[in-house]
Amino acid sequence: MQANSPASAPDLGAIQEVIEAYTHLEGPLLPILHAMMEAFDHVPEDAVQPIADALNIGRAEVHGVISFYHDFRTLPAGRHIVKICRAEACQALGANGLADAVLTRLGTSWHGTTPNGAVTIEPVYCLGLCANGPAAMIGDKVVGALDEAKLERVISEAGA
Amino acid sequence: MKIYLSQDAVARALGADEVAAELARHDVELIRVGSRGMTWLEPLAEVEIDGVRHAFGPVTVSDVPALLAGTLDGHGPTEEIPFFANQTRLTFQRCGVIDPLDLDAYRAHGGLTGLERALDMDGLGVVEEAKASGLRGRGGAGFPTGIKWETVAKAEADQKYIVCNADEGDSGTFADRMIMEGDPFSLIEGMAIAGVGVGATKGYVYLRSEYPDAIRVMKAAVEVARANGLLGASLLGKGPAFDMEIRVGAGAYVCGEETSLLNSLEGKRGVVRAKPPLPALEGFLGKPTVVNNVISLATIPVIFEKGAAHYANFGLGRSKGTIPLQIAGNVKYGGLYEIAFGLPLGEIVNDIAGGTRSGQPVKAVQVGGPLGAYFAPHQFDTPFGYEEFDGAGGLIGHAGLTVFDDTADMLGMARFAMEFCAVESCGKCTPCRIGAVRGVETIDRIAAGDMAAKELLTDLCETMTDGSLCALGGFTPYPVMSAMTLFPEDFAGAREAAE
Ligand SMILES: Cc1cc2nc3c(=O)[nH]c(=O)nc-3n(C[C@H](O)[C@H](O)[C@H](O)COP(=O)(O)O)c2cc1C
Ligand code: SF4
Ligand code: FES
Repeated sequence: MQANSPASAPDLGAIQEVIEAYTHLEGPLLPILHAMMEAFDHVPEDAVQPIADALNIGRAEVHGVISFYHDFRTLPAGRHIVKICRAEACQALGANGLADAVLTRLGTSWHGTTPNGAVTIEPVYCLGLCANGPAAMIGDKVVGALDEAKLERVISEAGA
Repeated sequence: MKIYLSQDAVARALGADEVAAELARHDVELIRVGSRGMTWLEPLAEVEIDGVRHAFGPVTVSDVPALLAGTLDGHGPTEEIPFFANQTRLTFQRCGVIDPLDLDAYRAHGGLTGLERALDMDGLGVVEEAKASGLRGRGGAGFPTGIKWETVAKAEADQKYIVCNADEGDSGTFADRMIMEGDPFSLIEGMAIAGVGVGATKGYVYLRSEYPDAIRVMKAAVEVARANGLLGASLLGKGPAFDMEIRVGAGAYVCGEETSLLNSLEGKRGVVRAKPPLPALEGFLGKPTVVNNVISLATIPVIFEKGAAHYANFGLGRSKGTIPLQIAGNVKYGGLYEIAFGLPLGEIVNDIAGGTRSGQPVKAVQVGGPLGAYFAPHQFDTPFGYEEFDGAGGLIGHAGLTVFDDTADMLGMARFAMEFCAVESCGKCTPCRIGAVRGVETIDRIAAGDMAAKELLTDLCETMTDGSLCALGGFTPYPVMSAMTLFPEDFAGAREAAE
C-alpha cells in the first residue's frame, strides 16, 4: 500500500477531505482520527492544524487527544500491525511464553517493528476470545487458539 | 441441505470462514449465525435433520465432505447438549439461532414484541416496568437500571441521549461482543425502549476498536433497522423519533468508565469526570444521558416481551434475573452460559466448565475482569450474586470468570494487575497514576526476597483504594491483595529456588 510509505506524505487536500466527511457529527474528533488512520495509517502532523481549525479547538488539544489513545499513532508503523493479547485469560493459556518467544524470534520488542519494516507488534488487552486463547489480531482479522507455530505462520503470512 | 455456521469472532478466529467458503462450493443452504456460546466447539456447524439442528464441531475444511455425507461424528441435537440445555436463555434467546441481520427472523423469534408493548405505555410506565424487573447494570457496578432511567426521565432538557457502553475491556468477558455479533437487534430494541422511557431521541453505541466483527454487524444492523422503519423519525412508524450511531473507541481501557466514555464520545481525552454531576443529569454534551452496558440494554426487550415479573422471578436475593456467565481462561468447556443468579462458583468452574483444559488442578479463578479479586478453591461455595461476592471480598463485575491451573504464578498476576493499571490510568489521580508504578516496583522487591515490601504493598493498596476517583485505581488492589493473601507461597521470595 502506497499510503504506508513515509515518502508519500498525504497532501492537504486529502486531509481536508477526510475532515469534512465528519464535521457534521456530534463529537467528531475520534471519527476523524480513525479516518486518518484508515486513510494514511497514521495521523499526519500536517493534519493537526486543519483539524484544530475545523473543530475550533487548539492544536494542543488535538495533540492531547491523539496521545491519549493507544490506537492513534503519529508516525507510520510497519506494513502490518499484529496485536498480541497480553490479558489474564490468555495468560492462563500461556500467552506470556508465546509472546516472549515470538518477540525474540522477530528480534523486536513490544511496540517495535521488524527490521524489514513488515510487522509492528503491539500488545492488546483482550480481544474477547478469552475461552479460546491465546489470541491475536492481524489488521482486522482475529485469530485464536494460538501456539508458537500458528502465530509465527500468521505473522509470516503477513510478510515478516 | 440446510447448514447453520457460526460467524462469531471466535468461530472466524478458528477458521469458520474457510469452512464457509468450502461449503459454498456445494449445494447447501448456508445460514451464518451468531454463536451458541459453546466456544470449545467453534467453528460450530449445525445441520438441520428432520427440523432439528444437530451440532458438529470444531469443524475444519477437511471435515466438509464427511459433514455433507452425514458420516461426521457430531454431538447430537444442539439444544440437548448439557452445557446448552441447562441454561436459562433470556437475553441470549436468539443468539446463535438466527441470522443476526434478518429482521424478519428476529420478529419471528419474539423480537420487537417488547418495543410494541413499550409503545403502548407512557414513559413513566416504561420506567416502572424496568424498575419492577429488578435489572441491575451488567457493566459492573450493579446499579438498578430502572432507577437510573427514572432520573433521566425526570430531568428537563431539550435533548436527552441513550449511550450504550460497549467498551467491554475486561479480560475474560465477551458477552457484549457475542450479543452484538449474534443478535444486534436486541440491543437496538433495548436502546429504543430506553429512549421511549426517558424521552431520548438519539442513541450512541461506544464500541471498542478491538471488536471489528461487532462493529461491522452493529453498523449493518442499524442500517437494516433504519431501512425497515424500526429506527428513524418514528419508531416502528407509530412511536416517537429514535435513531442511533455506532462510534468506535480507540484502545483505552479506562474509556469503559462511563464519564471517561462520555468525554471520549465528545472527542476529548478519556479522562474520568468527578461526580456529581451524574451523567443522568449532565452527560453527553452536558445533556441528561442514560449510560448502560450492552447486556443491560439487550435484556430490556425480553423483560418487556415476557413481563417484568417473569424476569424478576429468576435469581437470588437482590440479584434478579439471569446473568450471562463468561467462562474463560484455562477451562475445558469455555464460553457463554446464561443462568439465573445463585450458582456456587465451584459448580461453574468444576461442573459446567469441566475444570481446566490442561487437566491440572484449578489454582485460582479471577472473577469480574482485571479489577476483580482472585478466588481460591476453598471459596468455591460462594453463590454467584452481587452481594454474595462483595461479602466474600470480591465482585462479579461483568461476570467473566478466568480460570488458572496450578502452574499460575500469582505474584506475576499481581504484578500484571499493577502494570495494567499503570498503562491504562487516565492520569487524573496520583494514587492511581504513580501508585501503580510503585506497585510494580514493590512487587519486584518481594520477588527478589524483600519481605518487608509486603507491608509496603499493603499500604500502597490502601492508598489506592482510598484515594482513587474511579475503580481503575480503586479496585486494582482487589486482584493484588487477594493474590497475596490467598497464595502467600507465591510471595515468599527466592522464586528461582521454588521453580
Ligand atoms: C475502569 C472502568 C472500566 C469500565 N469498563 C466498563 C465497560 O467496559 N463496560 C461497561 O459496561 N461498564 C464499564 N464500567 C462501568 C461503567 O462506569 C458504568 O458503571 C456502566 O457503563 C453503567 O452501565 P450499567 O448500569 O448498565 O452497568 C467500567 C468502570 C470502570 C471504573
Ligand atoms: S483512579 Fe486512575 S483511571 Fe480512575 S480517575 Fe483516577 S487516575 Fe483516572
Ligand atoms: S484475555 Fe486474551 S482475548 Fe480476552
